[in-house]
Amino acid sequence: MRIDCPLCGARDRREFYYQGAAVALNRPAPDAGVEAWDDYVHLRDNPAGETRDLWHHEAGCGAWLVVTRDTVSHAVSRVELATDVKGAMA
Amino acid sequence: MRFSALRVLREGLTGNKGWTPHWRDPQPKAEYDAIIIGGGGHGLSTAYYLAKEHGLTNVAVLEKGYIGGGNVGRNTTIVRANYGLPGNSEFYSHSLKLWEGLEEDLNYNVMHSQRGQLMLCHSDGQRDAFARRGNQMIAQGDDAELLDREGVRRLVPYLDFDNTRFPIYGGLMHARGGTARHDAVAWGYARGADQRGVDLIQQCEVTGIDIENGVVKGVQTTRGAIRAKKVGVVVAGRSSQVAAMAGMRLPIESHVLQAFVTEGLKPVIDHVISFGMGHFYISQSDKGGLVFGGDLDFYSSYASRGNLPMAEHVMEAGMTLMPMIGKAKVLRSWGGIMDMTPDGSPIIDKTETEGLFLNCGWCYGGFKAVPGSGNSFAHLMATGNHHAPAAKYRLDRFRTGVDLMDEEATGSQHNLH
Repeated sequence: MRIDCPLCGARDRREFYYQGAAVALNRPAPDAGVEAWDDYVHLRDNPAGETRDLWHHEAGCGAWLVVTRDTVSHAVSRVELATDVKGAMA
Repeated sequence: MRFSALRVLREGLTGNKGWTPHWRDPQPKAEYDAIIIGGGGHGLSTAYYLAKEHGLTNVAVLEKGYIGGGNVGRNTTIVRANYGLPGNSEFYSHSLKLWEGLEEDLNYNVMHSQRGQLMLCHSDGQRDAFARRGNQMIAQGDDAELLDREGVRRLVPYLDFDNTRFPIYGGLMHARGGTARHDAVAWGYARGADQRGVDLIQQCEVTGIDIENGVVKGVQTTRGAIRAKKVGVVVAGRSSQVAAMAGMRLPIESHVLQAFVTEGLKPVIDHVISFGMGHFYISQSDKGGLVFGGDLDFYSSYASRGNLPMAEHVMEAGMTLMPMIGKAKVLRSWGGIMDMTPDGSPIIDKTETEGLFLNCGWCYGGFKAVPGSGNSFAHLMATGNHHAPAAKYRLDRFRTGVDLMDEEATGSQHNLH
């Protein structure tokens, strides 16, 4: 598996550390309540198919990436900088 | 049909023509008292204990593929009870005791072999942790023996004791640990359940769960609708998909775990051995193949196949620990889908839907739990009460934070186990 880092180009999967579902970009407010925080920290869609998750280009530029990929075929369809995705959400 | 030495001898002398299929291939009925979704090890053992211990025989096991075709037929077959935390400790102890009586109970040779599991340590800190772990195992009523370097060398002289980076300081021996023939465990439970009247329905995929006013009424399947008073979901890596049919989101991420087997060799590795400085564990099957595995690939996956980085890591760890296996040819590798929970421990619980029960989250350690899981899940489904050995496997522990079982002490969040 190779991931096309927007800053470094296509690199081996070994340079990246998987951080989990991209739900982490939607952090609830501190006082959002138990349900919202349980949902954020623990509950997952866990799709068999297209998913979005966060990868850290640990052995490269150090950027956090939002990777859209298929959990069944391992095909990577889109890689974006997490800062760009977060910025677009604001 | 009962198995016995006399029967085997008689069949051997008469051309083995008297054997009959181990289970029926029934059509699904319109209604059952209980339906188990998932005909893997845990689902089959659940059905078996429902029938045997709770007299519930109007039960169907619905399997999308075929019996023994999932993770129960594709794992490294290790059976052990070396957990430390309350919750896990009593559960795996219970499960190991069931293993020890399993063959007589099922009248089936599951080739349970208590050859001993040896966990190696490579630093003073790790040795201290193993001493504590051993005491926890003994306190639970199980067995453990802390070996020094020479003690390990006497047992397994072929390890690389002088490895400069990871010298072997000693090991923790769990003599009652070992292996079992994984397929036979599935077949034995399937046969036992079938003999007691349970319908094992293969090639029957559940496509929906019928719920009315918060009460489960049955399931929709590729072979028609089936009504049921109780439904148990035991589908391992596919738990999130089946739970979604009941409107639930689970604290589960599915990951791939690879395992490997070599060509058959003469007997060389007598125990189950786990390396303490890289995720690697190995045993030798009765056919002679070296069966070994490592860690998850560490990204969510349903691909049933892994990637090269982890395969390389596993080979490197094996070569570091026991260079003698370097010339063995790897025959095949495979990847199974693991239902990973945030704290690395499983879930056996009711759900908010009345009559709907959940058994999942076995992470990469489900095989040894097959007897205990089915036993405790059957108890929960039949009586409505949690079974003592599995009472801490609550679904709501993540929300409340009470009784999290983070065995590896890495933190109770996804991607850390």
